[in-house]
Amino acid sequence: MANSLRSEVIKLYKNLLYLGREYPKGADYFRRRLKAAFLKNKDETDPEKIKQLIARGEFVIKELEALYFLRKYRAMKKRYYSDDKP
Amino acid sequence: MAALRVLVGVKRVIDFAVKVRVAPGGAAVQTQGVKHSLNPFCEIALEEAVRLREAGAAAEVVVATLGTKASQETLRTALAMGADRAVLAELAEGAAAGPREVAVALAALARRLQPQLVLLGKQAIDDDCNQTGQILAAILDWPQGTFASRVSLEPGAVQVQREVDGGLETLRLRLPAVLTADLRLNEPRYATLPNIMKAKKKPLEVVPAADLGVPAGPPRLRLLQLQEPPPRAGGEKVESVESLLGKLRHAGRI
Repeated sequence: MANSLRSEVIKLYKNLLYLGREYPKGADYFRRRLKAAFLKNKDETDPEKIKQLIARGEFVIKELEALYFLRKYRAMKKRYYSDDKP
Repeated sequence: MAALRVLVGVKRVIDFAVKVRVAPGGAAVQTQGVKHSLNPFCEIALEEAVRLREAGAAAEVVVATLGTKASQETLRTALAMGADRAVLAELAEGAAAGPREVAVALAALARRLQPQLVLLGKQAIDDDCNQTGQILAAILDWPQGTFASRVSLEPGAVQVQREVDGGLETLRLRLPAVLTADLRLNEPRYATLPNIMKAKKKPLEVVPAADLGVPAGPPRLRLLQLQEPPPRAGGEKVESVESLLGKLRHAGRI
């Protein structure tokens, strides 16, 4: 099996786990879902397929970062710019 | 433009998502065991500085804060977001500081580090003072651009678009200058795990606050009392249109 991919998968998992600590539904909820998603593909051996899955994980990272940014932005906007009419 | 240095002042505050509770006695808010993070407006200021460096307009981004030992963690986050090095003006445990004390410390650092640009958040989400940038500009006698929503560097100057009541104002300030960031300036990046790991190796200097001329003793701004906002009154279900109209009339809405 491609061992170079193994470390990449672990890195992805760690990064996602770290991001999940701020997940709105709680870190536990996120961790369970994350683990299930990784376990579902644990028998995957085709390197091309694994690369695709890693790319999907990286997409999820981008989505989470956007989610956190928007959450903060909205909270600030609501607190400090409530009279604004767009 | 060669070797333009940017100093970014940041603050450690209670995380925006945490419900703030007033501690018994009404003299402080509960901070024990409460999640803290980098003030969102400081994040925006820092992001702008990092973008200036990435665009090649600035050479170095130094991030600084006045706070207790716990603020080191906040500075690490700032380093993970892209600052090159950090300075902590360390206060004794339990000491408090107001905008004036922070401005004094930042002014001393500005004299020491000779930045051409000082970037701050417009206000902190804990005390909402919105004073530090203004006081700092006054102490240094530098031009100030507050509530910046767009910043562009020119040789020897900076053009700032400011959010003012009912519109935008564009100023051209000679460098060195003090800028404070408004919400729409940019979209701060997230401090990712690999970057946090890398940030642990970046230099973090600790200076006692007294060495920077921060006066000992309580801050000049005295906090008299803190109060929680009144709880939201619950809604009410009505049986019919008539009773709704009656209630609205009773409440003086129609």
